[in-house]
Amino acid sequence: MLGKTAGGLYWMFRYLERSENLTRMIDVGLRMALTRPDNAQDEWASVIDSAGVREGYEQVHDRVDAAGVVDYLLRDRDNASSVMSAIVGARTNARMVRTALTREVWEATNECWLQLKELLATPVAPRELPEALGMIRKQSALVRAALHGTMLRNETYNFSRIGTFVERADNTARILDVKYYVLLPTASQVGSSLDNVQWETILRSVSGHRSYRTSHGFDITPRGITEFLLFDRQMPRSLAFCYGKIGENLAYLEKGRPERLPSHDILDMCKQGFEGQSVDAILERGLHEFLGEFKRNNSTLGSQIEQDYRFHR
Amino acid sequence: MSSSERFFDEMLEDGGGHRAPYRQYGSWFDNEDIGRLRKKASEAEVFFRRTGITFNVYGEQDGDERLIPFDIIPRIISAREWARLERGIEQRVRAINAFLHDIYHRQEILRSGRVPVDLIAENEAFLPEMIGVAPPGDIYTHIVGIDLVRTGADEFLVLEDNARTPSGVSYMLENRETMLHMFPELFADTRVRPVSAYPRGLRRSLAASAPMKCEGEPVLAVLTPGIHNSAYFEHSFLADEMGVELVEGHDLRIENGRVAMRTTRGYKPIDVLYRRVDDEFLDPLTFNPDSMLGVPGIMDVYRSGGITIANAPGTGIADDKALYSYMPTIVEFYTGEKPILKNVPTWRCSEPDSLAYVLDHLSELVVKEVHGSGGYGMLVGPAASKRELSDFANKLRAFPSNYIAQPTLALSTVPILGKKGLAPRHVDLRPFVRVSPRGIEITPGGLSRVALKEGSLVVNSSQGGGTKDTWVLEE
Repeated sequence: MLGKTAGGLYWMFRYLERSENLTRMIDVGLRMALTRPDNAQDEWASVIDSAGVREGYEQVHDRVDAAGVVDYLLRDRDNASSVMSAIVGARTNARMVRTALTREVWEATNECWLQLKELLATPVAPRELPEALGMIRKQSALVRAALHGTMLRNETYNFSRIGTFVERADNTARILDVKYYVLLPTASQVGSSLDNVQWETILRSVSGHRSYRTSHGFDITPRGITEFLLFDRQMPRSLAFCYGKIGENLAYLEKGRPERLPSHDILDMCKQGFEGQSVDAILERGLHEFLGEFKRNNSTLGSQIEQDYRFHR
Repeated sequence: MSSSERFFDEMLEDGGGHRAPYRQYGSWFDNEDIGRLRKKASEAEVFFRRTGITFNVYGEQDGDERLIPFDIIPRIISAREWARLERGIEQRVRAINAFLHDIYHRQEILRSGRVPVDLIAENEAFLPEMIGVAPPGDIYTHIVGIDLVRTGADEFLVLEDNARTPSGVSYMLENRETMLHMFPELFADTRVRPVSAYPRGLRRSLAASAPMKCEGEPVLAVLTPGIHNSAYFEHSFLADEMGVELVEGHDLRIENGRVAMRTTRGYKPIDVLYRRVDDEFLDPLTFNPDSMLGVPGIMDVYRSGGITIANAPGTGIADDKALYSYMPTIVEFYTGEKPILKNVPTWRCSEPDSLAYVLDHLSELVVKEVHGSGGYGMLVGPAASKRELSDFANKLRAFPSNYIAQPTLALSTVPILGKKGLAPRHVDLRPFVRVSPRGIEITPGGLSRVALKEGSLVVNSSQGGGTKDTWVLEE
């Protein structure tokens, strides 16, 4: 496979994953604004932080409010991390790697772009927002469904999956970090009784509030949530799950190669960061520090994969 | 005067009956509900849009990928008509390759005085770098798209020989797919020769033209200028259908005397490169030094037998407008036969008698700049104002050798499904030809382009033209 094609697939699926994650963050913002109108502005600010776009946002908006944040995250083409930019990015990469995709995957991607271009051509009215967010997630789910249903399980699939999980792991770490920071500025408060609504938002923003109940019951604690999102191997958005998948896919890529590539060492390093560690130890040392290091490692892994598999050179 | 009185309509006779090739289709059509057909036509558009069968418009935002309008009334050619076209095309393509070989080797045709030396020596499409180079299998044009127009029952003329990088074959294939999808019953009743084997055939022809240094199964790739190129859809379509890599200049480099593509496991040599990049941009070391689209050093690899470039560099000299009027001579010179397909009558303004005639009849003629393309610098006499005519006459007198003139052709029409039912519109035809050491193969059919505006003779997609599925009937 061409290095360029590997890179195109990796980024296509990173962008697609990003578009979906953004809608969940907006969902959470909406929910919080409805249930806790007094804190709405703080909630929207933390949504911008989770998306990692505060600087860009402040350049074009004077104040943080629902309309501004929603529009910036959904439609702003100058925001490289908006849903529309992500969808255009996914589709541009898909065009570039068209020959590596099945017709179904390509058409689902193209359809996704056509639909969302129309949907996001003008600002989305607040009352239409829930439906619009659902539609965005549905479109990206259709692409993923086509991938699972029609693509050969070869390098093409591996690079698509690696892109998905590198992006998803980053996203989960961000959400956890932002919320943690907002809620628990000092480590001493960890373990104290907390505002359930706030913690539930974290679960909702990774579509995990029901799954959490299945595995942990109704006892929603920071410790439980942290464990769920870091270590739960059944939770498809947990760091451990994402890294399990990245590991599997990298292992397939490595088969039949004479030399071990540096990305595999970095993967091991990343995994060591959280495997075999207890939640208590991480909370003790500081979740914020832990997540910061994780995000740095995750991004190093991404760049190393780009180099090892010759995406650009 | 209605256009059907002046022009040959391929479907309807003057009395209104269907001509022979259209009889079966015509009776099917007459029993169809126009409303249903209209609905099908709009479904086709959705299908093209969803599939991404679009062309890009340069310099515009990503939202401006355009559809080439598709008309659902097929253009039908009988087995007998096709057999003659096929012979004529085969002959012409054979002559083009012989001409290209000659012009880059002994130049017998120049020595014989049949083609003026100046036309070659001073032509930008002629590449001195190709002199003495022997392409694998002695094939210059692996892919040709000959543009034909029809002016009467038995009158097919060659309008242009696209010997460089003809495009449009993806539309030929997708148009048929769309028709099969929309009207399966039609194909059960009418025996239409299939076109779907084209990509497999192309792969086979390209592989058969592998270079000397190729070991084992030839590795093919399609070279595209990138996703912003207007024909990018076609490039990715062909690579996909052939099951080969679609590469850009920056995916390639020279390694051990071969052109190699960057894969996830290092560089892998390519044997045959189907390039959709113009000569000028192919190798910045040899041609345009600013080109980012090509591969520095590819011409050296080519000359040493390390790669086959399809079509060969320098083939543009064969479809140059200045050479066009010599094509009948060229065909005769190399095949020893009379040309089966005629040229459009052409006056070379460099010749004093012709110039005098052209100046006298300017308002009836189409005058073209010999090196111009895409209609640039062209005069359409019947549509020009007095002022434009006299300005153009001055240009002609000042630099006659820069121009050729042709009569305004009475292009045949085929109906389209218009707002008020069937409406005749002018068409042309571009059949696609593959050349390899295995021989010359012509896909039965081609791309029929249709002018959608009433009375318009311009079929180019950039000027609002559309396409039709083209049927060649079985015997």
